[in-house]
Amino acid sequence: MREVAIIGVGMTKFGELWGQGIRDVFAEAALKAIEDAGVDKIDSLYVGCMSSGLYAYQEHLGSVCADYIGQKGIPAARVESACASGGTSVRAAFMEVASGMSDIVMAGGVEKMWDVEDGTFVLATASDQEYEAYSGVTFPGLYAMMARAYMEKYKLTREELAQVPIKNHKHAVHNPNAQYPFELDLKGVLSSSMVADPLRLMDCSPITDGAAAVILCPLDKAKKYTKHPVKIRAVGAATGPIALHDHVDMTKLDAVRIAGERAYKMAQLKPNDISFVEVHDCFSIAEVIVAEELGFFKYGKAGKAIANGEATYGSKIVINPSGGLKAKGHPVGATGVAQIIECVEQLSGKAGKRQVKNAKYGMAQNMGGSGGSCVVHILEAV
Amino acid sequence: MAISPRYTREIPHRYRLEAQQFECGAVTLPNRYICPDNCCKKSKKITLKGKGKILTYTIIYIASDQYTRATPFAVAVIETEEGARLTAQVVDCNFDDLKIGAKVELIFRKIMEEGASGIINYGYKAILV
Repeated sequence: MREVAIIGVGMTKFGELWGQGIRDVFAEAALKAIEDAGVDKIDSLYVGCMSSGLYAYQEHLGSVCADYIGQKGIPAARVESACASGGTSVRAAFMEVASGMSDIVMAGGVEKMWDVEDGTFVLATASDQEYEAYSGVTFPGLYAMMARAYMEKYKLTREELAQVPIKNHKHAVHNPNAQYPFELDLKGVLSSSMVADPLRLMDCSPITDGAAAVILCPLDKAKKYTKHPVKIRAVGAATGPIALHDHVDMTKLDAVRIAGERAYKMAQLKPNDISFVEVHDCFSIAEVIVAEELGFFKYGKAGKAIANGEATYGSKIVINPSGGLKAKGHPVGATGVAQIIECVEQLSGKAGKRQVKNAKYGMAQNMGGSGGSCVVHILEAV
Repeated sequence: MAISPRYTREIPHRYRLEAQQFECGAVTLPNRYICPDNCCKKSKKITLKGKGKILTYTIIYIASDQYTRATPFAVAVIETEEGARLTAQVVDCNFDDLKIGAKVELIFRKIMEEGASGIINYGYKAILV
């Protein structure tokens, strides 16, 4: 297997992009990545997207996207794994370059979420449609049930859990692409409207339009394109039960643990080696459980540790320097790719005021559904 | 939305709580061709008695369009006495009485009306006992 590097990145601002359709959003990010990499053509394209059909009534995204970035002729396909579609796209591109099949491959991701009325319905299609969504449970509802189980088992208070979005909003202030780059306080969380008890609006990642794209090439050719290539040291992916009720323990996310273990093994690294991690904080409780499954904190400890300031600048691990899904925004299919971009910016020293100092290894954890799938990448400054 | 053929084929599970017990002991609803742990394929049909307990729960305030009229409503993950796991609304209760470990019973209820013709969809919900 060849070693693989990222040589170019591009993303749109995350938010409400009323003036752009799905093809425009994607093309803006992809063309920025092509320009950043300094290539004029790519050999292959993957587009991560959860539900262009339900959100934008447009399937066949491989063709749409290749066409609108001036690359028709290349092989291109959409990859889907609900909210982990972006990470899955990067993994597919990684495999194609590592295998020697192609040299210059784009992994993109896009979601255009503001154009539909009933987004809650669309998101719930990432759960078990017949046996969860049929009961009326929503996506926030599934994570609310995890939160309830976790808070009771580990005595995590509502105020402590609120520190997750508060921290992520603080990080997002310095992210020019963030949807909500403003600070949030405890009152702001606790007085926000109830979505699914105990989760309030400020525990939930928002509805977001956006796209992100990265360009991969073999590591030994990367210096030709950029002074600061970032190596994809490892990737691990895993699936879990589609339905939350089939999780043995409601306070755990097995797919995250397994994907993490695979990534650590491939990288020959341990949690202690990682300086920062972009985690899939679709809901406040998700960041807590994921931080435990990835080995940064012991089971039952992450909630209180994050509340104690042990996941921000100056700590052993910085969680979500970008602001995370909560504050940066969560255009579902783009999220996993945008996490990789944050890793690239951090590891190439281009993160500005968000810069995590002396970072050698960064991690991105992207998750689908209520833990039905997960992709973990470990990136390295070279 | 539960388009009619999709709805009809789930009726044995939703109306009559027909489930499946694998040789290894795993009880699943709906049916599977192989047990969730990939250890056996042989199973027998069982009917759940409909008694169980709450493993965790929430109260939904923001629902998808189909369920908005019912908000706020409680939803729980329930484990039945036979060991089957399912997700169901908990109805006819004070939200304050909900707790992890509370005993529940599954009952036959209307779930929603579907499409312009208003086809009524039924299924199980839970009550506290």
